[in-house]
Amino acid sequence: MTHIISIRDLKREEIDFLLSEAGRIQERCFDEHALNGKILALLFFEPSTRTRMSFEAAMARLGGTSLSVGSVEASSMAKGETLADTIRVVSGYADAIVLRHPKEGAARLASEFASVPVINAGDGAGQHPSQTLLDLYTIRQSMPLERIRIGLLGDLRYGRTAHSLAYALSLYHATIFSITPTGLELPDALVRELAAHGTEVICCDNVEDVVRDLDVLYVTRIQRERFPDSASYFKVASSYRITPELLTGVKDHLIVLHPLPRVDEIDPRVDSLPYARYFEQSWNGIPVRMAMLQRVMK
Amino acid sequence: MKDETAQQGLLISPIKNGTVIDHITGGEALNVLKIIGITGTTHECLSVATNVKSRIMGKKDIVKIENRELREEEVDRIALIAPNASINIIRDYKVFEKKGVTIPALLVGIVRCPNPGCISNTNEPIQSRFEVVPNGLHCLYCDWVITRDITGHII
Repeated sequence: MTHIISIRDLKREEIDFLLSEAGRIQERCFDEHALNGKILALLFFEPSTRTRMSFEAAMARLGGTSLSVGSVEASSMAKGETLADTIRVVSGYADAIVLRHPKEGAARLASEFASVPVINAGDGAGQHPSQTLLDLYTIRQSMPLERIRIGLLGDLRYGRTAHSLAYALSLYHATIFSITPTGLELPDALVRELAAHGTEVICCDNVEDVVRDLDVLYVTRIQRERFPDSASYFKVASSYRITPELLTGVKDHLIVLHPLPRVDEIDPRVDSLPYARYFEQSWNGIPVRMAMLQRVMK
Repeated sequence: MKDETAQQGLLISPIKNGTVIDHITGGEALNVLKIIGITGTTHECLSVATNVKSRIMGKKDIVKIENRELREEEVDRIALIAPNASINIIRDYKVFEKKGVTIPALLVGIVRCPNPGCISNTNEPIQSRFEVVPNGLHCLYCDWVITRDITGHII
């Protein structure tokens, strides 16, 4: 049985395989009945729009059916049922489980109790491997993944997408520019791990200083809830706004990504520039998740 | 060597049955007692010597516990804070078994994850699981790495 819990569980060859499969799917080279008769359970214990809908859409495009737990308030979790019991029960209803949960490590726990494959759709500030795969896939649509120079911008201390992406790109010998407000830098343990893979992490305060050196600019939302007051949040958030003016003189092939939702990190005027790829990035969730579902269920 | 033995003899007398934990890192004896669950309210008869001169270690601690033989799980815990400790099981004043401690590759149910958001800190029917890595202990649920004050996180 194959679970997909963390990008760290996947070797580079497995990542390459999933990205190639997603590419084939996007070119419509796939069996629309591949998962006929299969049922996918979506257990989302946190709000989500894109991840949930894209898994449902991916399952439907492969001929399968999705079951949803509905709101947490209406579930047995509200009665105090453990996640372990929920997983054991749902394993009997479905052929695979997609889990989003506020606690870190929840998907790992689920994989220990499930009798069907589990895909992690985000656990707390922990792992979100399908997001990382679609990020990689979007980059690979524009350039080879090997040795890219990528700027990670925003809240890199708590942002799970940035952590997973940084780790995955270390398998491709990327150079990472960490562009953060003070106190929101990448965790030391992760930087040490990246260094052990031979990945250089260059810390900088100001995106203007490095944007012209980059192949990819990956923008993340600065999480308002981490700040003691609104004033200090807006001071930091506004200092990292991506505008058309900021992108003057960048490399022609630069792409700007964002896992969305955005707040005000990216000026809407950037949307029409050739660098903007965040909506394609979101749409890429469908072929990537189709590849993942086929891998665990077929 | 003779002086060291003589000095220890003055500090701690032999026990008939129980466990002697020798070569504990100097100053860690009280933490050793804590992690094997011996507190002021338990009833073991104890002898504790701290900062005893040691030819090999410079300074060491020694703990003698009467009428109690340590379980394997307790020995694993000691290894985390006193990796050079030796465990002597005493029966009828003689050393019945002598063994060193080794830090196991996997610690199950021994250390609490300091990450409040970790699923292992909830009421789920699981035990914490940490792998020992070069710079500390790595939580196998949430990926948190404990790099210092391991004693403070022992359950």
